[in-house]
Amino acid sequence: MTVFAIVDCNNFYVSCERVFNPALNGKPVIVLSNNDGCAVARSNEVKKLGIGMGSPVFKQKDTIEKHGIHVFSSNYALYGDMSRRVVQVLSEFSQDLEVYSIDESFLDISRVRPDRRTAFGRTLMATVKKFTGIPVSVGMARTKTLSKIAVRLAKKSAKADGVLDLTDPRHHDRALELTPVDDVWGVGWRYAKFLKVYGIANARQLRDADRTFIRKKMGVNGTRLIDELKGVSCYPLDRNPSQKKNITVSRSFGHAVTNLDGLREAVTSYAARGAEKLRREKLTAGLVTVFIMTDRFKPESFYYNTKTLRLAAPTSNSPEIIGAALAGLAEILRPDSLYKKAGIYLTELGPASMVQTVLFDPVDRERSARLMASLDAINTAMGKNTLTYASAGLSPSRPWHGMFNHRSPAWTTRWDQLPRVK
Amino acid sequence: MARKGKTLSGIWKAGEEHLQVAAQVGRPIFFSRVQAGFPSPADDYVEGRLDLNAHLVRHPAATFFVRVAGDSMINAGIRPDDILVVDRSLDAADRRVVIAVIDGELTVKRLRMQNGRISLMAENPDYPDIEIQPSMAFEIWGVVTHVIHAF
Repeated sequence: MTVFAIVDCNNFYVSCERVFNPALNGKPVIVLSNNDGCAVARSNEVKKLGIGMGSPVFKQKDTIEKHGIHVFSSNYALYGDMSRRVVQVLSEFSQDLEVYSIDESFLDISRVRPDRRTAFGRTLMATVKKFTGIPVSVGMARTKTLSKIAVRLAKKSAKADGVLDLTDPRHHDRALELTPVDDVWGVGWRYAKFLKVYGIANARQLRDADRTFIRKKMGVNGTRLIDELKGVSCYPLDRNPSQKKNITVSRSFGHAVTNLDGLREAVTSYAARGAEKLRREKLTAGLVTVFIMTDRFKPESFYYNTKTLRLAAPTSNSPEIIGAALAGLAEILRPDSLYKKAGIYLTELGPASMVQTVLFDPVDRERSARLMASLDAINTAMGKNTLTYASAGLSPSRPWHGMFNHRSPAWTTRWDQLPRVK
Repeated sequence: MARKGKTLSGIWKAGEEHLQVAAQVGRPIFFSRVQAGFPSPADDYVEGRLDLNAHLVRHPAATFFVRVAGDSMINAGIRPDDILVVDRSLDAADRRVVIAVIDGELTVKRLRMQNGRISLMAENPDYPDIEIQPSMAFEIWGVVTHVIHAF
């Protein structure tokens, strides 16, 4: 039988900031979402102060000042690089690894001797910390859902101290009782609310709930959840995460955008970014969707619209994708609106190698592929947006840019921003 | 190590490590493109260029670069604005040059561990040695393996 381990980075974004700014150790720290809107990562010190996940920062201004909380904008260049390093270290412990999110990976550790599991977990934890500076917790169990429960308790329990082996069914009742149903993997807040109405408040009650009832209310995913909680694995390790189904690039604007030019610039840069992502994954897109949205907190003037265009042939070529996105934008744009958000979706993705050539194709595919490769190489070597499309705008201050007022340096990805040592 | 890019289009495949990109630009695939006539006598001896990245970075996941901000290590050949290659996977030992954290700040010094005492020594007589006291917030951040100096 398979044994899963989940390795979860503790307060990942905060931990990344602390590696290069050790003065933050032991201090309250929060990291904000795009546009500095709300807290997306909190240090343990902040959690104790009762600032919730996703709580808007403007509501917490007094608390932040009173407790001297250190506030950072999201620094995805840093978090992405640190995440890659953590995964690289983990892959030396188990080749059977699924990167589940930026701060979580599942490992197949069936080969580890049962009496060595906890020690294995400790070694893994110590190695990741030493090599990367990132503290992690480890949960081990016979199913992914149980391993998530184990890692949550591993963080909370002083006795577990970061590593919990939950493979032994004798420990299940207690562990599941300690897990509110909201914290069970795959139970969204809607289902949690509904389950509580029926007296199912923790994971043990869910496991022991009436199967037919759960099946009727939550469908097959509900019964799978019950099985997983019983130790019957329904979700194997995904060794080759299925290729992306779509690519989205969208942002809320720092300041509302009114004019056509501003919106065109924003959409151009999102389309260019989307095309860049396609090329990095060696994919092409068949459809380009553009959407625009006004402030949803002003319902009287709210406007949202989208337009989808089919590309002549599946492509990852920036000019073609930008062209389609701008053509779509022109059709849905309503003047005199204050736009707060725009974005693009790329769908019908397929591998770049499978593209059928179109007879009388107006684009020289080989030549444009070389151009795109050079563009990406330069932007990789010299920093994002070294080369951009002119329709993305040239003025340095673009109101549609996100606000990142408290961003730390790109410590690990830019020569000019390396940490300084005395 | 990540795969080696061979052409310009190979560069972005090679990943996002900039040093890697820099080290791989211009790696040749063909020395002679002549279809007829004599091929270059060197073609059979192509071994690929030396990869500075592979030479300097043994453990990519654990290797970080930092920039020197002072002259406290000048006599060890570490000058202001130099770049240090720091390998966190190595164990710090007596006399190794390390990056340490003292009271929340990153510093580069030579580590001394003698008779159960730990101290950080500067390589410049203008700077005093720092003996680590139990009350100090102290941590070894990584071990310096190379210094990169531009003349």
